[in-house]
Amino acid sequence: MTDVSRPEVEDTVWEEREALIDRIPRSIAMTFLFVAVVAIWDLVTRMGWVSAIILPTPAETLEDLIFVGRNLIAGEYMLDALWTTTLTVAYGFLIATGIGFSLGVLVGETKFGERAVMPYLVAIDTMPKVAFAPLFIAWLGFDIASKVALAAFIATFPIVVATAAGLYAATENERLLFKSMGANRLQTLLRLKLPTGLPYIFTGLKIASVGVMAGAITGEFLGGGRGFGALIRQSASQLDTPRVFALILYLSLLGLALFFAVVWTQRYFVFWNKAEKPGGIG
Amino acid sequence: MSKVEPRPRKLATAVPQSLPVYEIERLSKTYARNNLTALSDVNLMIHKGEFVSVIGSSGCGKSTLLKIMAGLLPPTTGRVVLDGRPVLGPRPDIGMMFQQATLLPWKTTIENIVLPIEIREGRAAAKAAHLRAMDLLELVGLGEFPNVYPGELSGGMAQRASICRMLVADPAMLLLDEPFSALDEFTRDFMNMEFQRICMERGATAFLVTHSLEEAVILSDRIQVMKSRPGRIVEDVRIGLPRPRTLEMINTQEFGEIVAHIRGLLGKEAHE
Repeated sequence: MTDVSRPEVEDTVWEEREALIDRIPRSIAMTFLFVAVVAIWDLVTRMGWVSAIILPTPAETLEDLIFVGRNLIAGEYMLDALWTTTLTVAYGFLIATGIGFSLGVLVGETKFGERAVMPYLVAIDTMPKVAFAPLFIAWLGFDIASKVALAAFIATFPIVVATAAGLYAATENERLLFKSMGANRLQTLLRLKLPTGLPYIFTGLKIASVGVMAGAITGEFLGGGRGFGALIRQSASQLDTPRVFALILYLSLLGLALFFAVVWTQRYFVFWNKAEKPGGIG
Repeated sequence: MSKVEPRPRKLATAVPQSLPVYEIERLSKTYARNNLTALSDVNLMIHKGEFVSVIGSSGCGKSTLLKIMAGLLPPTTGRVVLDGRPVLGPRPDIGMMFQQATLLPWKTTIENIVLPIEIREGRAAAKAAHLRAMDLLELVGLGEFPNVYPGELSGGMAQRASICRMLVADPAMLLLDEPFSALDEFTRDFMNMEFQRICMERGATAFLVTHSLEEAVILSDRIQVMKSRPGRIVEDVRIGLPRPRTLEMINTQEFGEIVAHIRGLLGKEAHE
């Protein structure tokens, strides 16, 4: 107070600023990246740095996108193919969910499952599952069934692992609480362990939704049939790269639809878990 | 078997205060896995309306004792009797509370509180208990939050809700495993006073496991001081402070002497 040498200091008001790259809104960021990638793509093809057979120009691809789109909207053969693949993916996903969930409960809830079933599952999981495709075709034929089997086979394992992990997620105190309330095993499973494990299970379903697509398309590549995968293979064998690009883009819509169906189901059922995930897609 | 038994509960109320609610005799617990003696020759009587604490360093067996009393863990030897009937597993007349509130996040506060009834008697009985649950929520000062999800409650509020859940089946005995130790100190003081009020209003019989000396002294009629290896009760300290206790008592000489005495008992062990 009496210290005359103390200099006058203004209020230390200052702003905390994020770096520019963290401040860009999503819409602008996404548009920017899209434009940048297409521009580089256009440049690379236009300058003839890459052969047109390997990489078509954006304009050619757009042309084919419109062509395929028209074909789909008109309900012609491509829509049939897309429908076939959609059915394959849907059946594969449902079967994988059913088997994966059941095995997951067996592994996560019983010591027998943990001790006996899990080691074999891990062993099978480490195998390259696509290699089973010829077997499924031999067993189930060239129709949709063999593709469903491969898709389900690939998608089952992440669901097993996620379900088993989810059942371990309840804390020791929560288990003690249920025990102290006299809850039997089924009550503890249904009212504590399963709800607690739901976020884990949905994570497994998301991984499975990606795997089931890969399985279905691989099956169609290798086993022919009438699906979208067969269309892609056909176009590729004709060196019609723009068509392949267009077909893949439409196919990705199917994958996105399945993925977001899982995400929205999770939002509905796991309403209490509002943890923010990057990209807002968790 | 239980049909032939007399109704001990009525007997207990007919006979004046002296009859113990909880009798533990020659209790011991040895874990076969590593041949560790967690408890050795524990004897303890808890009378109706009494508040008893057990205090000791971590690993002294106090949590094991609580689990055996709750019927969550079988003893190796000894007798555990509640209300005249041996404890051979979890029982509806025992209410429990844990360090964490352990409320289920997908159920509202009131649904969480009637959970013990839902588990034991079904959903219809749980619905019917909502009125009683509301009274309990009022009792702990959460009357405005029955339909809120636990994610929106603060730590102290969540623990008050778990008090309600413990009380909803009107248990004869309350078992508390460090119930407020995860709360900050000010909330904890407040919760201790609230808990004393609730226990006095309901004439509750309670057994508290804690590692906070002050908490034990401010709440208890008796403190069991435990030592480890093997876990045993070395002294039964009677707390003569008048009820209701207040936080100001912590600064009195008598309080300080009790704390010093128990700290002396436990401190010796720490140096051994």
